[in-house]
Amino acid sequence: MSLTFAIIAAIVLTGAIGLSVLRKTVHCVLSLTIVFFGLAMLYIRLDAPFLGFALVLIYVSAVTILILFTVLLTRNREIETDVSPYSRGSIAGLIVGGSVFAGLIWMIYRAPLSRGITELESPASVKSLGERLMTEYVLPLEVIALLLTAAMIGAVIVAMKDPG
Amino acid sequence: MDSLSDYLLLSALLFSLGLCVTLVRRHAILVLIGIELMLNAANLNFIAFWRFGPNPEALDGLLFVLFSLAVAAAEAAVGLALILAVYRRYSVTDVENIDELKG
Repeated sequence: MSLTFAIIAAIVLTGAIGLSVLRKTVHCVLSLTIVFFGLAMLYIRLDAPFLGFALVLIYVSAVTILILFTVLLTRNREIETDVSPYSRGSIAGLIVGGSVFAGLIWMIYRAPLSRGITELESPASVKSLGERLMTEYVLPLEVIALLLTAAMIGAVIVAMKDPG
Repeated sequence: MDSLSDYLLLSALLFSLGLCVTLVRRHAILVLIGIELMLNAANLNFIAFWRFGPNPEALDGLLFVLFSLAVAAAEAAVGLALILAVYRRYSVTDVENIDELKG
């Protein structure tokens, strides 16, 4: 494990732990941006710079701002001050999360992972990604476009005020 | 260079933290954020397996992540719209108070 990876992992985990323990929802959402920035750095480190920048564009800007708007539109003071931010079954939730983590760790250490890494001549370029998208993956691309359109229209209809 | 298991370890941690956030927090938006965290842990796994796999010149892992990002964005938009609609109807964002269908 190199120092760079350790620093980025620390950033990601700080954000993730922050969003699980912070009390105010707005602070949790801001801590989520830290996680996404760290993940984008990891993507760039893994020779996928386009996806790293796409993550910053989609998540850090679009999705987080969307979540922040929803937080501000659904401000509920009573939850944020008096009541505990954790649900009644939180012990059971922690146990489930911990056992899933233990299972994953067990799988990772049991799996025959290859140690070596194939050298890439250059990081994955946008051009080659686009060529693959437009030839081999053109049908999934169309389906995703349809899904996004349907989801956007559906979201607008669900969130619309009742007519009349 | 870091090894594949470092990335898998980080992503396992991220996934479990997301699961804990989803199960433990009361605020509906935070439950959604936990799901986003789990999705991103899976994406990190995709990219790590692509990079450390035998054939990184084929970009299939990256394309998977691209599609999964689009699905996650759609999911976030619909989820937030649902939270907003529930808030308008019942004035709560606490998942424990949305229990009308509970038997």
